[in-house]
Amino acid sequence: MPMYAFRLNGAPVSIDSWDPAQPLLYVLRGALGAHGTKYGCGLGQCGACTVLVQGRAVRSCTLPIARAAGQAITTIEGLGTPDRPDRLQAAFIAEQAAQCGYCTSGMIMAAAAFLSETPAPTADEVRQALAGNLCRCGTHTRILRAVIRASRA
Amino acid sequence: MPSLSRRDLLRAGGVLIVSFACGPLRPRHARAQGAPGKPLDPAQVDSFLAVHADGSVTVYSGKVDVGTGLRVAIAQLAGEELGVPAERIRVIDGDTALCPDQGSTGGSNGLTRGGAEVRQAAATARQALLSLAAARLGVPPAELAIADGIVRPARGGAGAAIGELVGDRRLALTVDPNAPLRAPSTYAVVGRSLPRPDVPAKSTGRHLYVHDFTLPDMLHARVIRPAAPGATLVSVDESSIGGISGVRIVRIEDFLAVVAKDEWAAVRAAGALRAVWRETRTLPGSEELDRWTRSAPIERDQAIVERGDAVAALAGAVRLVSASYFWPFQSHASLGPACAVADVRGGRATVWSSSQGTHAMRATLARVFGFAAADVRVVFMDGSGSYGTNGGDHAAADAVLLSKTLGQPVRVQWSRQDETGWDPKGPQQLLDVRAALDRSGNIAAWDTEMWVPNAAPGARPLLAADAAGLAQEQGTNAGAVTQNGDPPYRADNVRVLVHWVKETPLALSNLRAPGKIANTFAVESMADELAVLAGADAVQFRLARLDDPRAIEVIARAAGAFGWQSRPAPNRVAAAGGLRVGRGIAYVRYKQAENYVAMAMEVAVDPATGRMAVRRVSCAHDCGLVVNPDALRNQIEGCIVQTLSRALHEEVRFDRARVASVDWASYPVLRFPEAPEIDVVLIDRPGERMFGAGEAAAAPVAAALANAVFDATGVRLRTVPFTAERVRAALA
Repeated sequence: MPMYAFRLNGAPVSIDSWDPAQPLLYVLRGALGAHGTKYGCGLGQCGACTVLVQGRAVRSCTLPIARAAGQAITTIEGLGTPDRPDRLQAAFIAEQAAQCGYCTSGMIMAAAAFLSETPAPTADEVRQALAGNLCRCGTHTRILRAVIRASRA
Repeated sequence: MPSLSRRDLLRAGGVLIVSFACGPLRPRHARAQGAPGKPLDPAQVDSFLAVHADGSVTVYSGKVDVGTGLRVAIAQLAGEELGVPAERIRVIDGDTALCPDQGSTGGSNGLTRGGAEVRQAAATARQALLSLAAARLGVPPAELAIADGIVRPARGGAGAAIGELVGDRRLALTVDPNAPLRAPSTYAVVGRSLPRPDVPAKSTGRHLYVHDFTLPDMLHARVIRPAAPGATLVSVDESSIGGISGVRIVRIEDFLAVVAKDEWAAVRAAGALRAVWRETRTLPGSEELDRWTRSAPIERDQAIVERGDAVAALAGAVRLVSASYFWPFQSHASLGPACAVADVRGGRATVWSSSQGTHAMRATLARVFGFAAADVRVVFMDGSGSYGTNGGDHAAADAVLLSKTLGQPVRVQWSRQDETGWDPKGPQQLLDVRAALDRSGNIAAWDTEMWVPNAAPGARPLLAADAAGLAQEQGTNAGAVTQNGDPPYRADNVRVLVHWVKETPLALSNLRAPGKIANTFAVESMADELAVLAGADAVQFRLARLDDPRAIEVIARAAGAFGWQSRPAPNRVAAAGGLRVGRGIAYVRYKQAENYVAMAMEVAVDPATGRMAVRRVSCAHDCGLVVNPDALRNQIEGCIVQTLSRALHEEVRFDRARVASVDWASYPVLRFPEAPEIDVVLIDRPGERMFGAGEAAAAPVAAALANAVFDATGVRLRTVPFTAERVRAALA
């Protein structure tokens, strides 16, 4: 089986896949055991599977493993831990910006990419930046507050 | 391709031997460890809690936390009675081998029943701890107090830690319904905004959802369902997945699945497999569903409210308003499609599921798949928010059927199309409301007729069992859908007449605040129409027709927080840019017996496009005792945003055969740019009974929005969803 090498949260990994079209999502959650990235639709519609590829927010459910090869991938696990959360994660915890939390990983990764380009956003800019990430529990107002809080941290 | 009859299936347990090369084992699996002999009887204190030697406490809750914060609230209630910090209490929820059956989690009863039962068990345990300490310390129990996990004489002196007093032993006590509860004035734990323990793990990708659970030798399955409900499977072309290795097809009558060791192989195969289905064209279609509902065969009529003679009073009325309201089918549309893992071996089944009713599911699975109930264990694991019974119970049945057939652990992950297309739906509702004012402006008569699906007894049928031809109950139940059909205001003659519609086009279940959002939409829209008829301000009109001080306070507080200025609707002033701006209010006494909620909101409508923006919402909420204010606010905010989504966007569309709403493009929901500012006013009443707060604030949302649109435009919206197309047409 062909091997695909990339960096995951700073560490080199190589993965064999029988199918070059296998989405990165399944490789992350399967062989690599990084289950923080979530399956929501497999259609690139909801944002639950968002990861960073070379610092840009990408839907891992539609990114073939062949195109992830050679790239630096960052997932929610690469930002921080419950004991040492990064600034976005800390802000989500401080604002209690989750109910079921199924969208949270994707929200944080999309917000991380956004804040790297827009370090001091307005609330409306955050709203537009997260328009492609769905939350079904309706925690939007808390997530907005958390992203603003993180931008000021 | 294996094909099994029902008899084979019931006899079998492992007739299909499927072997694969072993993949790498991952660290995310575990066998659920039972606790042999642990009491489960809700009459016993040990069923609910265990005090450990280190002074920590485990609470066993039959009610489950579906992202609502129930676990921290239950820890607070137990901690308050036991005198133990909530942080030292671990809550295990919904494991049928460990947790007592407290009924399914729904109708916002997690705290009102679940929490209250845990609290009474903890209060009983507290008396036992005091007695144990009294013997140890030589001080009468009445002179002892428990704080921070240590029993001490009130006058000072040496104490005894509860962990030393009990040390993992069972208390062997019957729950005492008269065990005294701590006085609310002394609360130290209840009423505080303790952070939820799950949020750090959820924010860092470490939280384990049922979707993330694995077992050694586990197979990944995808169930292939037809595009049309009720379709039968004619043929399957095995060669269509010939290029994908390691995949096995399982067919049991009309149940069709692919399984593989590698999840992606199962996904690819599910997409590639060619199957021919015979569809029926028996659905009424969603286009004219209101008309269909009005003329559908009726099982029975039932007057559920009858005070005075509303029909006669309306016949003679001159100041009369009548209107019809329609609410469409809606999906739970959980963000994460359903997932479950089952391990059926040696006649025993263990199922990991995010079901809101694990004990009920255990009984149903045992009955349907031929197990003794004692041989089935359902272990609750967090899922994506479910807001009622979503696809999760069906995914669990899929997994049991497949694991029983294959003799290996099986994980079933539904696709987006499965979850949106096949979750049991919240039903359509049609309401005709007529109301009249007398010369003094009193509500002289009120008549609500509602068309709702009939409820048939028995468990809801499981998709997998129906497809596989297994006998099962065929219950229909969408929850308590008829409540709040009568006005909460003084009215002389009131009738609520329910037309129980015999058939439902789509399978149903409870969807958050079942029935009560549509009923409140109709009742509170009509109340607004009466206010307009009376030439009165909407807030003043309501306040003048209420006697309950808690009702009056909640409306006054919502109006105050909003900055409500008294005037009749509609608003005559257009805002800049051609936008029409208005405000609306709605009030509900949830289930006519529980929470008081009032909500005011401001909306801006663009008549050119029909698009609207909800700018801000002020909600006042009285659920009696508040256990955790921030977790409560989170629930209220969620109720508001989610129900705005339902009111603005959501409708399950279907033609004569197929459900067309199957993903986020065909079933759109609210997005970030539409999220309003929300201001929540909590009215805490520590001396009052606590009411569940997971859904009450959903009830008035659509009504407040429709009333705001009327104020802005002078046009009443009476059909949900309020899409731009529909609004533009209404304004034309």
